[in-house]
Amino acid sequence: MGERKLMRGNEVIAEAAIRAGCECYFAYPITPQAELLEHMARNMPRLGRTFVQAESEIGAINMLYGAAAAGVRAMTSSSSPGISLKQEGISYIAGSNLPAVIVNIMRGGPGLGDIAPAQGDYFQATKGGGHGDYRMIVLGPSTVPEAGELTILAFDLADKYRVPVMILADGMLGQMMEPVELPDPVDPATLPKKDWALTGAKGRDPNIILSFDLDPEVLKQMNLVLQEKYRKIEDNEARYEEYQTDDADIVIAAYGTVARIAKTVVRRARAEGIKLGLFRPITLWPFPYEPLRELASRVKTVLTVEMSAGQMWEDVRLAVAERAETPFYGEMGGVVTTPKKILSEVRKYAR
Amino acid sequence: MPVNTENMVKVFGRPESLTDARFTYCPGCHHGILTRIIAKAIDELGIAERTVTIAPVGCSVFAYLWYKCDAVQASHGRASAVATGLKRANKDLIVISYQGDGDFASIGTAESIHAANRGENITVIFVNNQIYGMTGGEMAPTTLVGQRTTTTPDGRDPAYFGYPIRFSELIATLDAPVYVTRQALYDTRRIMDAEKAIKKAISYQVEGKGYSLVEVLSTCPTNWHMSPLEANRHVAEVVTEAFPLGDLVDRGG
Amino acid sequence: MERSVIIAGFGGQGVILAGKILAQAGMDHGLEVTWLPSYGPEMRGGTANCTVVLSEEPVGSPIVDEPTDLVAMNLPSLDKFEPMVARDGTIVMNRSLIERDLERTDVRPYLVDVHPLAEEAGSSRAINMVALGAYLKATGVVPLEVVKGAMARMLEEGGKGKFVPMNEKALELGYEAV
Repeated sequence: MGERKLMRGNEVIAEAAIRAGCECYFAYPITPQAELLEHMARNMPRLGRTFVQAESEIGAINMLYGAAAAGVRAMTSSSSPGISLKQEGISYIAGSNLPAVIVNIMRGGPGLGDIAPAQGDYFQATKGGGHGDYRMIVLGPSTVPEAGELTILAFDLADKYRVPVMILADGMLGQMMEPVELPDPVDPATLPKKDWALTGAKGRDPNIILSFDLDPEVLKQMNLVLQEKYRKIEDNEARYEEYQTDDADIVIAAYGTVARIAKTVVRRARAEGIKLGLFRPITLWPFPYEPLRELASRVKTVLTVEMSAGQMWEDVRLAVAERAETPFYGEMGGVVTTPKKILSEVRKYAR
Repeated sequence: MPVNTENMVKVFGRPESLTDARFTYCPGCHHGILTRIIAKAIDELGIAERTVTIAPVGCSVFAYLWYKCDAVQASHGRASAVATGLKRANKDLIVISYQGDGDFASIGTAESIHAANRGENITVIFVNNQIYGMTGGEMAPTTLVGQRTTTTPDGRDPAYFGYPIRFSELIATLDAPVYVTRQALYDTRRIMDAEKAIKKAISYQVEGKGYSLVEVLSTCPTNWHMSPLEANRHVAEVVTEAFPLGDLVDRGG
Repeated sequence: MERSVIIAGFGGQGVILAGKILAQAGMDHGLEVTWLPSYGPEMRGGTANCTVVLSEEPVGSPIVDEPTDLVAMNLPSLDKFEPMVARDGTIVMNRSLIERDLERTDVRPYLVDVHPLAEEAGSSRAINMVALGAYLKATGVVPLEVVKGAMARMLEEGGKGKFVPMNEKALELGYEAV
């Protein structure tokens, strides 16, 4: 492990990607993730790796598609409106079974919205913002150190399953600083070789990468391959954290920065005698339905808190399935929720 | 009577890097000739084992089937961006992006111009047949003034639809591209010229010189509602008036 | 123990940097820390603020609706954040720019005339370090020497090592002013 350093979330994601062996990075500037792009601009060329400031988010995602097809670890990043532009490319990457990492440092929407932190892209990320039956692993870091850990995990999972993986964080996590200790860098040359990659058809049949077949039966088979992979991911990769849930009557379900704000609320509520706990999905897809269902059967209330109008809330209700009451509290438009606001919501269900 | 082949010299044959797959193109369409020319250049330069071709969206969507080379299929208009990613990830690859007029000069305008402007060390083959063939003959960005298509049923009126875009001329204004040329395939002489141009463009990439663009005027007898011969004559007599043949930039020599 | 401070002022008063230095020093001192800036267009000339949380436990919320402390470098910042400060909290305010007195009577005020002290240290640009020095003395959250070390390292890393002595002096003058 390296030294403990005070770093910004955006910088940590960039540096973690470099240490994970990311060889190509393509992006277009947008607030609030510009520091990520700038860190890559400073460091990738120095390491003999690729940094391209693309002409657009569409350009960037398609460069990512090309680099991923060539078999290297590659990444792009953006914020909400820019991620909307990338959806076509994400669908192609998924449909072509390519590994790639996409970072979304969310801001307020819809439309141009604002540049303040928000969580309004949960549906887009977890339910598929692009066309077709595809899924993408979605990781929701809650702290700056975790953003680093999950970035490294994102590259590993992408390669393991040949799927796009999204880091879904918000502007607050991107902008804030926390002490971080990053692992030693991986030498890309030591990563497992990808026999499917486009490296030149020397001594083998050509490799073809596509998401296309005009024969519906063949395309159906290609879809079934994807679905089988997704079931495997659902079975093996759901991650979550429970905090003070053992004796809880009420549980907050929250992800990302809202979840860490909720941890403060748990401590304050317990000081008031309210038995409050926290359920925090770390993978937003696959969503940890089973653990939440199990927890819901032991508590009275599962209060979902998001910086959206209630997007993860739908998954929470699917998981809880009437085993507990499932109220919702959210903020929108980049208004950040605070411990006080959440605590006053919690109190409503405490008696 | 058996033919004695002992003293015969082979003057024409199927390029090595062309697969046995049957073309999906209509009779009289130039895509087939062009595909063969590219395969021949790949053979002559000895680069089949490190070439990646990029298939676009449109009639040439199946381009990944024709070459004994690695290939990737790109989304509509984005082939030059995909080429950028491939080449930047592995500079030893020879990357050939094959794009039609709608793909390269309309939906992919930004990707096309900026790959050229960055001077990506890639080769783009830009097939200009002035129409959207696969979707049923709609107006292309290169459709001629007055030309009837399914979306300009009364002919392209520039006051309403604008003018045919001369994209190669646009690319030629940039500082980075090494080679920009417009070729045609309507007779033997043009085919031989086009062969030379394509080989030159790819060899520039092999030599690391940078971006090259070969625009090739092509026919679409089906959607032009012409016989193959009429279509060839149309290119020679009408299309080349709007899109003059020849090199626009050659900084590679 | 958990302390949280909002450092707020005009863009250009160095409040963002003061917060970073405090966070770095807190980390060097073995504390868990978060530093959260206001960001966006307001970075260029409007109002700016950042929130630093220093704790012996892992930090939960980096956003604070009841800070234990406030460093207010101008009137709009005091107007905005004074009502939020926790009871018995600490408010360090820039007496050079803020003429009014606190409305709160349940907090500990420290009125520091930062501008003359910054000039004495060598430049009016050192007002942020004067205020930070005063804050350190008022709260004892991190030792002055640790903050000096963090400040020197951060300025040197940013290629501004020549300003270290001036900023050290400013920290000291602020510290002594309380």
